[in-house]
Amino acid sequence: MHVPDGFLDVPTSVATGVVAVAGVGLALRGARRELDDRTAPLAGLVALFVFAAQMLNFPIGAGTSGHLLGGALAAVLVGPWTATLAITVVLLVQGTLMADGGLTALGTNISLMALVGVWVGWGVFTLARRLLPKQLSSVPLAAAVGAFVSVPVTAGTFALLFAVGGAVDIPLGTLVGAMVGVHLLIGIGEAIITALAVSAIIATRPDLVYGAKPLVTARTLTIREEQTA
Amino acid sequence: MGAGHGHGLHYHGHSVVHRLPAHVKLVAILTFVIVVVATPNRWVWAFAGYAVLVLAAAGATRVPVGYFVKRMVVEVPFVVFALLMPFVARGPRVEVGPFSVSEHGLVGAFGLLAKATIGVVAALTLATTTEPRDLVAGLERLRLPRQLVEIMGFMVRYLEVVTDDLRRMKVARESRGFTARTVSAWPVLASSAGALFIKSYERGERVHLAMLSRGYQGRMPVTRQLHATAADWRLASLLPVTAALVLAAGVLL
Repeated sequence: MHVPDGFLDVPTSVATGVVAVAGVGLALRGARRELDDRTAPLAGLVALFVFAAQMLNFPIGAGTSGHLLGGALAAVLVGPWTATLAITVVLLVQGTLMADGGLTALGTNISLMALVGVWVGWGVFTLARRLLPKQLSSVPLAAAVGAFVSVPVTAGTFALLFAVGGAVDIPLGTLVGAMVGVHLLIGIGEAIITALAVSAIIATRPDLVYGAKPLVTARTLTIREEQTA
Repeated sequence: MGAGHGHGLHYHGHSVVHRLPAHVKLVAILTFVIVVVATPNRWVWAFAGYAVLVLAAAGATRVPVGYFVKRMVVEVPFVVFALLMPFVARGPRVEVGPFSVSEHGLVGAFGLLAKATIGVVAALTLATTTEPRDLVAGLERLRLPRQLVEIMGFMVRYLEVVTDDLRRMKVARESRGFTARTVSAWPVLASSAGALFIKSYERGERVHLAMLSRGYQGRMPVTRQLHATAADWRLASLLPVTAALVLAAGVLL
């Protein structure tokens, strides 16, 4: 699902490249706050997790299957700055070592998936977390909402970019409608998988989930006094 | 959309292309693809020229043709997108067989297919002939931010370890009689993903501690430097320079 070479013209690709460089530059500073000197090994392993999780096939039925995109999931698990870096590196590796996504479209792919995908997912997640009851079980639900919104928004952003710098003159309404429509369906799948994965992690290691931090620290130790016979 | 992205594509060999330093290859191929993308969609002859160039470069790698063809499936979703284009684009219509299609869309679809295909073959030429760690060193030579290079270095270094983790979990699931066929399998697969995250994160923490105990102070030492000779640059520049000449010919004529 990575944008290949030639889908967007040179000026648009350069513009998204500049956006990507600026965004990743900010993320490099931000991630140091989230991870300090653990940045390199941890972001590297998180990138690998996203990469490997994309290889898990989720059957839809009738022989078809889809896979996780993971932008919102990564943001909820490790925080938006580290997630931006992780997805950027995944895209770099896929573009240069797997010929997946055009080399000239790297800026576009990073802007779409590592910036729009991650930050929309994170923004909606924090909003939903604020609205939902303040308990740990709200986190997977909020993550699902974030994932559900981030997928069609990313697709819609691509459609807008295509309208500005695309090679072909397609009516904007048709294109945005088709892209967002298809990705609403994909977003439902993404939301379910994200919620299931987040709740599986929260069940065993809630301390590892960045998006659950405010709720985990708020829990106080309760000492149960039981009489032993 | 589509299946997983699989392992690295490096194909062991000793061809001229394999021997070029990674950063030289990267610059040459990126410049070549930029020239291709900058070419107007109507210049069919120019794309024919680029196709000959990129096939010559791919041929020089001595990687079997089948290996390339198999990896080109990444392009499929976009081929579908391009094929729909003549039907939905605006502008004057032309008759093609039984269909009335947009002329503009037809030209656009051709441009997309030509550029995307040439781009994939060019990227495959890089990917099949460059070892992951050389590519990371090459990006470092090209002054990619140090932290980004380090993150990528870790990703490449542990790639096989984590994908093997995933494979072992699959074997474990299947030896307990699990088959993923319908949506009801999702909770199991998602908790596998969750377990994979915990494993990966904890591995990251262990790696960090191991590095600290070996004197890590927030910066990896540079252990290998790539060196490129003038001859390397001359050889690699054949691809983008010839392409640029084709483009210039088109502009002038």
